[in-house]
Amino acid sequence: MMGPVLVRLRNPNREVTMPGPVLVSVLLDRLDVNRESVLVVRNGTIVPGDERLADDDVVEIRPVISGGAT
Amino acid sequence: MKCRVCREPAVIDLKRHNANFCPEHFTRFCRDQVERTIAEFEMIAPTDRVLVAVSGGKDSLAVWDILMDLGYDADGLYVGLGIGEYSDISGRFARDFAAARDATLVGIDLTEDYGYDIPSGARAARRTPCSACGLSKRHLFDRAALDGGYDVVVTGHNLDDEAAVLFGNVMHWQTTYLGRQRPVLPARDGFPRKVKPLVRLSERETAAYCIVSGIDYLVDECPMAKGNKHLGYKEALNEIEVRSPGTKADFYFSFLRRAADRFTPDGAGGAEAEADADADGPGADGSDADGVGLRPCERCGAPTSAEICAFCRLLERAGGHLPDGVAVQVGQHRDRPGQDAPTEDVVS
Repeated sequence: MMGPVLVRLRNPNREVTMPGPVLVSVLLDRLDVNRESVLVVRNGTIVPGDERLADDDVVEIRPVISGGAT
Repeated sequence: MKCRVCREPAVIDLKRHNANFCPEHFTRFCRDQVERTIAEFEMIAPTDRVLVAVSGGKDSLAVWDILMDLGYDADGLYVGLGIGEYSDISGRFARDFAAARDATLVGIDLTEDYGYDIPSGARAARRTPCSACGLSKRHLFDRAALDGGYDVVVTGHNLDDEAAVLFGNVMHWQTTYLGRQRPVLPARDGFPRKVKPLVRLSERETAAYCIVSGIDYLVDECPMAKGNKHLGYKEALNEIEVRSPGTKADFYFSFLRRAADRFTPDGAGGAEAEADADADGPGADGSDADGVGLRPCERCGAPTSAEICAFCRLLERAGGHLPDGVAVQVGQHRDRPGQDAPTEDVVS
């Protein structure tokens, strides 16, 4: 059975889920995350904004700003 | 989304360049940006011995990696700051990177070598942790470069760092600091040359470089940096950047082209800048004021505008010692132990 997209965030560490399929850019908008401040990583690879995430995908929203949170 | 160069699937989109790149061509793009920056600002000569200040984070490991790929003779310098588990982990990333690339990593440990750490030192000196940390690292980078015979110190400051500092200095019209904000600080009066080859790359780009290059870095930021005002500046600038791509780069590089000279002692704003330097004394970042009247610190020999340099004053308050184990106490001059203590407390 398929589950939703699992999203791991940092600062603080937490997880949220979102129904797939969903575009990376839409995911960031829904989470109110500035795309300039993060990279989205899946299985050690960067996922671009126009990529569609499917159910059961696990992605990390990795902050890139030195000195703080996303 | 296709790579601009090869039309293979892209992994990153760079709005300000109106370009997407695959991993291979993104890596090449980053190296080209660094190479261009080094040439444009005459940062590093091919025969220079280079010391890279390495924290274990994305920027310092990226710049070290790129410099080695470009063929520079680059060693790393890691300073253990004594910030608990954070320092333990950051040191591990730095050492692992050096081992994987068979590179030389010079190590300094504040607790072992100087008898203090950043958390306790900052409290004792009544400085913010970032201020105590920055002051300590600048002193130690300078010392390590001069002692080790290096020609240039490289730091991993990126475009976001420089834009945020510029933003803060403009917001408060810190004219002295505006006059100093350059990607190259030439060697002078006992200070080594310091350069910032990453100023054309954003933080998002240096992080992406590490990921596509397989460089493991410490993602979590220093726990003591929370609330750092520069974080707020970066977030504000990114709010603008996402609506108007290229704004950060234009802000910083237009400053360098059109305005920076106005704030240097030789520029149109020179008189004002010097007056501010005199009035301000030590910089807001904790460094000794730049400019005239530098002389050797009576304790450590580092150039300073005061009798005792800012680092030794911090060391004194933190209860630390210089590496040879000589305790630093109020009024005790390391190189003239027989003298009477000064009547004036030099600790400000």
